Amino acid sequence: MQGIKDRVAIVGMGCTKFGELWDKSEQDLMVDSCHEALTDAGIDLNDIQAAWLGMACIETGFGGVRLARALKTDYIPVTRVENYCASGIEAVRNASYAVAAGIYDITLACGVEKLKDSGATGITQMGGEPHFSSWVWAPIVAPARYALSATRYFHAYGLSPEEGKRVLAMIAVKNHHNGSLNTRAHFQREITIEQALNAPIIAWPLGLFDCCANSDGSAAAIITRPDIAKNIRDDYILVKGLGISAGAGAQGVIGADYDYLHTDEIVRAGQMAYDEAGIKDPRKEVDIAELHDCFTIAELLDCEDLGFCPRGKFKEDIEAGTFDLGGEVAINADGGLKCFGHPIAASGLRMLFESYLQLRGKAGPRQLKNPTVGLAQNYGGIPGGGVCGVAIVGCRD
Amino acid sequence: MAGIVSYGAYVPLWRLSRDAIVKGLRGEKAIRNFDEDSTTMGVAAAIDCLKGRNREAIDGLFFASTTGPYKEKQIATTIAAAVDLRRDIITADFSNSLRSGTAALRAAVDTVKAGGVKQVLMVAADCRTGAPGTDFEQNCGDGAAALLIGDSDVAVNIEAWHSISNELHDIWRRDDDDFIRSWEDRFVYSMGYLDIVAQTVSALLQKCNLSPDKLTKAIFDAPDIRRHGDLSKKLGFDPKTQVQHHLFDVMGNTGTAYPLMLLVAALEEANPGDRLLLTSYGNGSDACLLRVTDQVEKIRDRQGMKGHLATKRIVDDYRTYLQWRGLLTFESQPTLSGGNISSSAQWRDRNQIFPLHGLKCQACGGIHYPPQRVCPQCQAKDQFEEVRLSDRKGKIFTFGADTLCTRLEAPRVTAIIDFEGGGRMATVMTDKVLEEIEVGMPVEMSFRKLASQDGMHNYFWKSIPLRS
Repeated sequence: MQGIKDRVAIVGMGCTKFGELWDKSEQDLMVDSCHEALTDAGIDLNDIQAAWLGMACIETGFGGVRLARALKTDYIPVTRVENYCASGIEAVRNASYAVAAGIYDITLACGVEKLKDSGATGITQMGGEPHFSSWVWAPIVAPARYALSATRYFHAYGLSPEEGKRVLAMIAVKNHHNGSLNTRAHFQREITIEQALNAPIIAWPLGLFDCCANSDGSAAAIITRPDIAKNIRDDYILVKGLGISAGAGAQGVIGADYDYLHTDEIVRAGQMAYDEAGIKDPRKEVDIAELHDCFTIAELLDCEDLGFCPRGKFKEDIEAGTFDLGGEVAINADGGLKCFGHPIAASGLRMLFESYLQLRGKAGPRQLKNPTVGLAQNYGGIPGGGVCGVAIVGCRD
Repeated sequence: MAGIVSYGAYVPLWRLSRDAIVKGLRGEKAIRNFDEDSTTMGVAAAIDCLKGRNREAIDGLFFASTTGPYKEKQIATTIAAAVDLRRDIITADFSNSLRSGTAALRAAVDTVKAGGVKQVLMVAADCRTGAPGTDFEQNCGDGAAALLIGDSDVAVNIEAWHSISNELHDIWRRDDDDFIRSWEDRFVYSMGYLDIVAQTVSALLQKCNLSPDKLTKAIFDAPDIRRHGDLSKKLGFDPKTQVQHHLFDVMGNTGTAYPLMLLVAALEEANPGDRLLLTSYGNGSDACLLRVTDQVEKIRDRQGMKGHLATKRIVDDYRTYLQWRGLLTFESQPTLSGGNISSSAQWRDRNQIFPLHGLKCQACGGIHYPPQRVCPQCQAKDQFEEVRLSDRKGKIFTFGADTLCTRLEAPRVTAIIDFEGGGRMATVMTDKVLEEIEVGMPVEMSFRKLASQDGMHNYFWKSIPLRS
């Protein structure tokens, strides 16, 4: 097994502003992100030989032509992929593997989601079957599902609801600070611990600032071989590891002994990507991690699942500033889902975009000191039956 | 000889303070939660009645109600499936009259008497709605009763019946009516209720050569407290010692189920040898004479009327009541589609839906829900036996509360529960008070209506805090 490490490079990226983009259609968003990526790489649309479109929410079964029609590609193969919240990373993975396999020289991965045309205030259901007679898991909305883990985490580690909510509030405050430094974020303002603690409850014990928004957005990446990348730009970045894990119900919510404190798909996808990238101690070796903070409790659990902090010790680390912009591992340096919202398939590529900027020293007021390894992680679905994607990128040699 | 071998009842947890209807009114009435109807209350009463009984031994189920959720589609089959009876049983619905409860009782007794079947469960449930501002609104409550009729170990012998059929528009609902209608009450009660019940009881007593003083207790169906007293007086029963309390102050008239619920309440106090009179009224009257045996002492361990009346929560806000009855509607909000009720999927999954069967792996012993082809714990394929989880208690492993769900339900509590004896299930919790829920709290299962879509009602089990 050769793995993906150093076999493909990212030579251009684009990312729209995320938010309630009432005046933009899904086509507008794809044109904006893909053309920004093309301009960034200094290549032409017709240099792209194949494309993958990540799109999770808009009606399924109609293929990649949505991207082809928006960009007016020249009858090249365009394929839609969907894999829950990891749909963006899945697009990158397919575009990377096609190049690594030697089939194409240059490919495009794009993720887009236009959530704000639905009229719904949230993603209403997760994991529901297309037809159901009894609602076993379907009636649960995402905040209520993550509330289960928060309740259990507080109980398992002896935190009172007040203490637990304070830990979660610190995550929101950190991410909002980072988002305030990012002009592409949906929310660009700081919040205080008190604001977070006093916010209206969405799904007890989670309050408004524990939850990310539904937003519109798109991001795109151009992928090629390192030897071609050298001719395109000096500061390309390399893909180091890609992991996707699909839950099969073995240890998840169907199991009678599931603890609600970890997610095996996340642990396993992380391990796959770490193995490929040759990372032994993520906390020491990863400089910037964009984790799936759809809810504050999700960032906490992601951190523990991916080895950025020992189990049950997140409180100590967040209080010590370990995950701040200047800390040991900057987590959600761009503001995360908390500030960008979560246009499902766009999120993975948006997260990679931050590493793409940071590793090249282009992150402006958020710029870290000489970061060399970045990680992006998405998780969607219900533990044991969900999907986690992890992508690791690094500076060129 | 055929008679009652077991009894059960169900009174919803929630009581509407009558003061919330009209300032100054006293007492309360039992009201169903928003996710309850006559089917679900019937299931609860049936399960109460079947405590400690072998459900496999039951040969039939009769259901009586004037508020069944369908005009065409049997409710008895839904109840039979939910309480996990065999499929080779007789089922029937009795409807369209407040007398259908006693009609179903009589039919069950006669069916067992006729031979061929040994045990028939009869269930009556109602949740009639009086129009806002009417006496019916104040007097009607919601509830259910169940009686198991059999030919051995009889706790109550049914000795004689008398019935009168009377064509009269006194109290009625047309097929498209939401609320109870009635004619002018002086006429209705003097020429209808009082006259007809009195005639029926007199004829029965005459037939049996009995006078009122020979009866231990009379159970009188009645539209309200005043007429209940009028009837006792007219028939010559001592209201203090000889008449079963009407429960209007704590429950209200529960329609078809009402006389049978009062019978259950009477049986909870009855002694072997007691002679009881049961009456019902609605387009005529049924009356029957019952004799309590010493078996009655052996079936006292159910929730029954006493247990259900003793556990309650007060609703003192009229708006909540209106919302639960569907009398206040909300503007619908756009939501992303999540799935549809499918009749074929419901049929395919019937064992996991109605009797809440999980699977026990024969390889590793693990119990899981919902059923899977491959064991989530040991990957063994298709090696399972079905186990009923609906009658197991459990404990909350973790929970969360969603405030963005429909306003009718908010906050919707999802509770992950661990069943006694194994098995984990994600449940929606009902009849709950959010502030009282905690990890480790004991719960039990309750059959409820989840939603209605495409003209179908979708029933499933929810968890509730222990009622007992």
